[in-house]
Amino acid sequence: MAEDVLLRVKDLATHFKTEEGIVKAVDGVDFEVRRGEVLGVVGESGCGKSMTSMSILRLVPKPQGQIVRGELMFDGQDLLKLSEDEMRKIRGNSISLISQDPMTSLNPVLTVGEQIMEAIQLHQGLDKQAAKNKAIEMLRKVGIPSPEERVDQYPHQFSGGMRQRAIIAMALSCEPKLLIADEPTTALDVTIQAQILDLMREIKEKENAGIIFITHDMGVVAEMCDFVCVMYAGKVVEAADVFTLFKTPAHPYTEGLLKSIPRLDDVKERLDPIDGQPPSLSKLPPGCSFAARCPEAQDICRKQEPELKQVGVNQFARCLMRDEWKAEAEA
Amino acid sequence: MSNKKNQSDKILLDVKGLKKHFPIKRGILFSKQVGATKAVDGLDLFVREGETLGMVGESGCGKSTTGRLILRLIEPTAGQVTFDGTDLLKLNKSEMRVMRKKLQMVFQNPYASLDPRMTVGDIIAEPLRVHKVFSSSSDMKKRVRELLDCVGLNPAYTERYPHEFSGGQRQRIGIARALALNPKLIIADEPVSALDVSVQAQVLNLLNDLQGEFGLTYIFIAHNLSTVNHISDRVAVMYLGKVVELTENTKLYANPKHPYTQALMSAVPEADPTVMRGENRRQRIVLEGDIPSPQNPPSGCRFHTRCWEVMDVCKTQEPPLVDTGNSHYVACHLYPAAAGETPLKTA
Repeated sequence: MAEDVLLRVKDLATHFKTEEGIVKAVDGVDFEVRRGEVLGVVGESGCGKSMTSMSILRLVPKPQGQIVRGELMFDGQDLLKLSEDEMRKIRGNSISLISQDPMTSLNPVLTVGEQIMEAIQLHQGLDKQAAKNKAIEMLRKVGIPSPEERVDQYPHQFSGGMRQRAIIAMALSCEPKLLIADEPTTALDVTIQAQILDLMREIKEKENAGIIFITHDMGVVAEMCDFVCVMYAGKVVEAADVFTLFKTPAHPYTEGLLKSIPRLDDVKERLDPIDGQPPSLSKLPPGCSFAARCPEAQDICRKQEPELKQVGVNQFARCLMRDEWKAEAEA
Repeated sequence: MSNKKNQSDKILLDVKGLKKHFPIKRGILFSKQVGATKAVDGLDLFVREGETLGMVGESGCGKSTTGRLILRLIEPTAGQVTFDGTDLLKLNKSEMRVMRKKLQMVFQNPYASLDPRMTVGDIIAEPLRVHKVFSSSSDMKKRVRELLDCVGLNPAYTERYPHEFSGGQRQRIGIARALALNPKLIIADEPVSALDVSVQAQVLNLLNDLQGEFGLTYIFIAHNLSTVNHISDRVAVMYLGKVVELTENTKLYANPKHPYTQALMSAVPEADPTVMRGENRRQRIVLEGDIPSPQNPPSGCRFHTRCWEVMDVCKTQEPPLVDTGNSHYVACHLYPAAAGETPLKTA
């Protein structure tokens, strides 16, 4: 089991210095990604999910942002202890990123082929012709028709869905062990999203890579992920396998999130939203960050900060009100 | 849904053959038109008083343009928009301005649709001032406070500025502004898509409550099918500038007829892994390719280039939007009109 673990994130914290004080963008994230498994990271805007992925790649904006503690064990080494040069050999090679916005993450003045070739030449040391052949092969693999012509075209000649395919081709070109997909389908229409999700599922089955799938869409999580981390205000508040999470969510935030989503197959008169809004990360209240919005909160929740504890076979929650679940799980 | 107590059979808004062709020009000095983007190209629909009509479709299908055309925020190229017995397209500018009291809009981006240099009180009072509703400013202030209360904000917030509010609160301010003149019809263009899910649900519930309270009629435009289906009584599905299917939300889910609707429905990921995964997972219809350009839409049925049930007739003849029975309107050659029903409009 343990040798299957590709990346182990332990107590990761990334803080930003701002005029309003220290913003704890990521403050207590623990998870594991295994080979051939898709780990979902889900949460609302500002919960720290994208900054978690940036921290794994050590691309936190400097000097205002800093990884202040934690451990990122990837393939037997701690990424936080590597030099910048060593890190550069890993980025785009054994860990690659599929970024959020296919409209802005490609360089408009280089052809799509040149952009895919860049990583291949850099990391695999192939010559130009070989790299180009590889780029064509990658474009074919992600389902772009007539890749021999497409490879010499510029991003503006591609539609949104095709650009996202090109970015996926780029990310896969060096056969990464770990793939980080940060909202890969958010900017796309649903029918195009369906095409890309199909492609990602194919990749998951064919390549034995681990995938971190970051999204705010619970539907996409249900479809794509094997294990899910729910983040709130910089912390993982619940982690569980996908079936358990949707069937019996342990954290009141997860429960509230699931209840606020309208469903096609179950039209209700009223939704059951979570009251209020997420707290400002620079002015977090003491105790549990979710206490102010939580229907189950007691006095103790506003004083004592909960820890992420096992509450079921494949389920962890950061909630004081779930400690009795823990007792049951142990019994 | 039958939760709307004040829904009647009266048709409040009737749109026929609505078109908007945006000209494409070349040249600077002697510019001439070389083509047109057919954003909306022969759109038919009707809205009953007190109901919510959802309009759904992918980017570029013309749903936002339609909303703006109905309010004449952009001028239509052709068509007929009858609101409460008046043809809006025949009104002159000042008549239209008076009419806009009854037709209001809630915009997509709550960060861009509120003037950052105006206080919340001024923003909500602006329509009241433009239409000279109150002669005394104390009456107006009272009304503003009342409106803030209606949308669930503290009435004491009138002196604050938009940047002091979160996205969800800003959208509430936008809704209060739309309510100020007691409109009959509110067109909401992607009102929740910029908000986080937990906040989206709050705003959707608010819209629902206000509808019951003030007997409002909504046109709810969004790309998210689950959201549209939740809030709407009937849903119009758009593809490349036309309505391809129009029916009640429950029928649309239980029995989508147009192949495009079927594909759209099946593409929505449901928040339930038991439906989405494993051996028994819901079958998905994955459409090939992209949406064709509205500058040069395909001949015949616009969907025929991506349709898996395409027949020869689809390539040459455009199907009209017809009632296939029980007010389930479909524009597809697979579904003939029910006996005795005439097309909503011939294509």
